[in-house]
Amino acid sequence: MAPYPNKRGRFGIYGGMYVPETLMPAIQELERAYTAARRDPEFQREFRTCLAQYVGRPTPLYFAKRLTKTLGGPKIYLKREDLCHTGAHKINNTIGQALLTRRMRKHRVIAETGAGQHGVAVATVAAMFGLKAEIYMGTEDMERQALNVFRMRLLGATVTGVDAGSRTLKDAISEAMRDWTTNVRTTHYLLGSVLGAHPYPMMIRDFQSVIGREARRQILAAEGRLPDCLIACVGGGSNSIGLFYPFLRDPTVAMIGVEAGGFGIASGKHAARFAGGRPGVLHGTMTYLLQNDHGQVSSTHSVSAGLDYPAVGPEHSFYHDLGRIQYTAVTDEEALAAFDLLAREEGIIPALESAHAVAELVKVAPSMNKRDIVIVNLSGRGDKDVQQIARMRGIPL
Amino acid sequence: MPTQSNRIITTFERLTAQGRTALIPYIMAGDPSLAETETFVLALDRAGADLIELGVPFSDPIADGPIIQKAAERALQSGTSLIRIIDMVRQLRTRTSIPIILMAYYNTILAIGEEIFCREAVAAGIDGVIVPDMPPEEATILDSAAQRHGLIVIFLLAPTSTNARRRTVIARTRGFIYYVSLTGITGAQLDNLTEVQQNVRQLRRAARKPVAVGFGIATPEQARIVGQFADGVIIGSALVRLIADEQSPLPPVERLAQFTKHLKAALQP
Repeated sequence: MAPYPNKRGRFGIYGGMYVPETLMPAIQELERAYTAARRDPEFQREFRTCLAQYVGRPTPLYFAKRLTKTLGGPKIYLKREDLCHTGAHKINNTIGQALLTRRMRKHRVIAETGAGQHGVAVATVAAMFGLKAEIYMGTEDMERQALNVFRMRLLGATVTGVDAGSRTLKDAISEAMRDWTTNVRTTHYLLGSVLGAHPYPMMIRDFQSVIGREARRQILAAEGRLPDCLIACVGGGSNSIGLFYPFLRDPTVAMIGVEAGGFGIASGKHAARFAGGRPGVLHGTMTYLLQNDHGQVSSTHSVSAGLDYPAVGPEHSFYHDLGRIQYTAVTDEEALAAFDLLAREEGIIPALESAHAVAELVKVAPSMNKRDIVIVNLSGRGDKDVQQIARMRGIPL
Repeated sequence: MPTQSNRIITTFERLTAQGRTALIPYIMAGDPSLAETETFVLALDRAGADLIELGVPFSDPIADGPIIQKAAERALQSGTSLIRIIDMVRQLRTRTSIPIILMAYYNTILAIGEEIFCREAVAAGIDGVIVPDMPPEEATILDSAAQRHGLIVIFLLAPTSTNARRRTVIARTRGFIYYVSLTGITGAQLDNLTEVQQNVRQLRRAARKPVAVGFGIATPEQARIVGQFADGVIIGSALVRLIADEQSPLPPVERLAQFTKHLKAALQP
């Protein structure tokens, strides 16, 4: 495996541990606990068992025959993370961190959530492991994702609205970090993406890379060769790095990370960090960040709450600069069209986040060879978005 | 050597010789405007402040409670930036020689660049900087730029800090050590002063450097108690709240001066 991050939690110049002193001991404790767990066969065995019996892994690698025909380009495979328990890849990570929480003898977990998928996955494992859970969520996101708020509460978690700043994911993370700072002795911050201070980006990547390991095995079994291209959406970037990581050393496998283009890059209302940002420090890590000339973090926009965040995982910044992964953005409109397309062509309603990856596929497919193989990570299912889409189209439910 | 003439160091030396505790008020620069911040600084100076901490507003202040978060929002709305704050201090330096320390989140410094920031800050008459989201592990670049230009970087210790971390911060910090009195964010309720006392006493013995205590100190009575065992007392949210208080019949600058005098009186030996 690639030797990143280094011992100081750096992916090149990115990453690091930019947190208040109060949190440093907890970050270091987490690093020690995870380093030990990573090497512990018993931990790994329990993690695998949970993924198999509770999450329902491996998830299928589905050959999308009709979509392949419609787009008239490469053979399209969908990695069906939408079929995970709770409906998205997020649970791969929450299972891993819940096991770690127990190992550290902590009894309370806190988390942020944007689309609500991570919040639901946290509430779910908290119920399963008997942990107390409090989920922070921007009040704007609570409105957009009312169904997931209700699901979290059904699962016994406390959902706390955050009314500060842009009232989205960024503010939910800030508030979760404040809670952690206050309750650090008893509480584990169960971060949901490859963001934050070291060891989070490394640890969450490791937990999510089960996606890519399975996909690698599955495509070799189905096609007898590696794919030509991988496509995944990038909010913080956990589903994408999860798929990409086990292929990074395969030079023939191209990778495209798709950011939220919102109303278009020129409009300034988007969450495309690589198109509009520059390196900065937010929420514990150095990475590409949407910010103004004075280092104030910009407000972002995306139709998809899960991609609506001004920073990207530091490992993505590293592979962006190296040119190993290509990053692009699709607009709200393109994502919504892809949402419909997948529903009608394949009978799969994707999460709006994942619809961004499908939209990029629609764009690149015509320029690809018919013999090429593409894997798109379908990171989550779209049930949570149905209400929002109906509202946008003026359809009363 | 620029560091030797640093106002923070000479101030603590003088206070220690006099057996007095430093009163260190914190206000948010640019709340409600930089022009008013100037008058506030002069008023704090006249009312008996020994050093002044100026908050640099940031959009995502993870170490701060709601009072300072809102002050930062107001300051950003009034067009405040780190560059403008530095310019303001340059103006102030014709009228006061009180040590001035900036409290700035790392990204606001990065936006200018560590080297330029340190050079400009020192040229304007800023004496030190506290970066709440920059532990010593990540301070190498800023610290070396600061040393070149004679800016003091003050590190924080918290109740959760391990012995190893305490040793690191003792070795790295100059001027004074900022001891965070509670496990939490600024403006939180400070309940257990006995525990703070034990920790600060231990720290002072080990450090042989001044230790200033902040977070949650809101009243003259709390300041008096902390002043008995600390070299400095930092008061932030209580003052920031006072500035924003719309119920009071007094203008903000007078409220600030009055409260600071009470704090000063509480710290008299």
